[in-house]
Amino acid sequence: MIKTHVGILLSAMLVNNFTLVMFLGLCSFLGVTNKVSTAVRLGLADTFVLLITSISASILNRWVLNSAPYLRIVAFIIVIASMVQITEMAIRKWSPTLFRELGIYLPLITTNCAILALAIFQTNRGYTFGEGLTFAVGAGLGLTLALTLMASVREKLEVADVPAIARGTAIVLIIASGLSMAFMGFAGLMSGS
Amino acid sequence: MRGVPPPEIPGRRRSTATEDLLRGIWKENPTLVMLLGMCPTMAITGSVRNSIAMGVTTAFVLILSSITVSTVRNVVRHEVRVATYILIIATYVQLADILTAALIPDAHKALGAFIPLIVGNCLLLGRQEAFSSRNTVWRSALDGIGMSAGFTLGLTTVGTIREILGGGTWLGIRVLPAAFEPWVIMKLPPGGFFGFGLVLLALAWYYDLKKRRAAVQAAIATVTAPARERAPALERAR
Repeated sequence: MIKTHVGILLSAMLVNNFTLVMFLGLCSFLGVTNKVSTAVRLGLADTFVLLITSISASILNRWVLNSAPYLRIVAFIIVIASMVQITEMAIRKWSPTLFRELGIYLPLITTNCAILALAIFQTNRGYTFGEGLTFAVGAGLGLTLALTLMASVREKLEVADVPAIARGTAIVLIIASGLSMAFMGFAGLMSGS
Repeated sequence: MRGVPPPEIPGRRRSTATEDLLRGIWKENPTLVMLLGMCPTMAITGSVRNSIAMGVTTAFVLILSSITVSTVRNVVRHEVRVATYILIIATYVQLADILTAALIPDAHKALGAFIPLIVGNCLLLGRQEAFSSRNTVWRSALDGIGMSAGFTLGLTTVGTIREILGGGTWLGIRVLPAAFEPWVIMKLPPGGFFGFGLVLLALAWYYDLKKRRAAVQAAIATVTAPARERAPALERAR
């Protein structure tokens, strides 16, 4: 039981890192990684939305989509987008401070393909409610890790002498390929279990 | 407030049908220039075959949703337009998912979760919001065709580089001699970032070269022009 959860957590976080190995959520990875503090906040907000998504997807799968599997994509999109909207409204009401911290990132996250991917993977792999939550936490922490690493490198890059043609997205992609290569080293982590 | 289309962007002249069709292929290429829909560009371009399959599936969704959105553009209220577009796109993606599973099961398996994830491709929502919600059905269809051709072109370019370097083949046909040691890394996730990085570098280099050539031409023109203008005057003076 615990072993399954640890396996799911490590797999989602490191071995199959959503951003660097599965190529999910690249828009924010390329766009919002200029500062470490921003990257960490976005990553944590992502984790939060992933948890909400996992819960909604579990409920949908359990009671609705069993009898109508052809509605899966449409249902996931609507439910996730509205859940995020409702959460945003709730946070604004109850904790204005937290809203200011997260506020601008929440709309960004809804369109992040990592969110929909989590719901789809969770369904395809037949995770239980608890396993789904672990998966969401692992994926969220993995995203946070990737965003933070990238932002740290890019902060140093500000003072580096990059060739004019590589400035912008090209150099970020090449750095990402290095990070991705490093994450491939984690593949050995899972083969033992 | 019912049925008010979004306002025209002022100061922009209306484009012709040919421009609508060709815009997506080179000048506003979604992958190479606008950098939209990054996830599939890097995730499924390990081989040319997958790149083309993804391009065609996205084309199916994009063209049909462009047509649908432009058909209902005068009925949808401005406030709920994004939700409506997402729903229309999601419906076609679900259709595409079922169709590919039935027609090309191999490709469906290889593309995996990336077919449902077409919903999250910003290219689709971007075109609906920027183009189909303001233009006629015919123009929107043309725009959809152009944009999806450009997207497929971008995917195939990255796929070509990755497949040739990673396996020495193109679309399964051997192009490099068997003695070539394949760079296996190009087929693996890091190769996705690297391959696309290379394409962007090459494009930036090309534009830089073009800009510098133009600057040199302009410099030559400014140096020589007065002399040429002066020449007849000198002749007359003599």
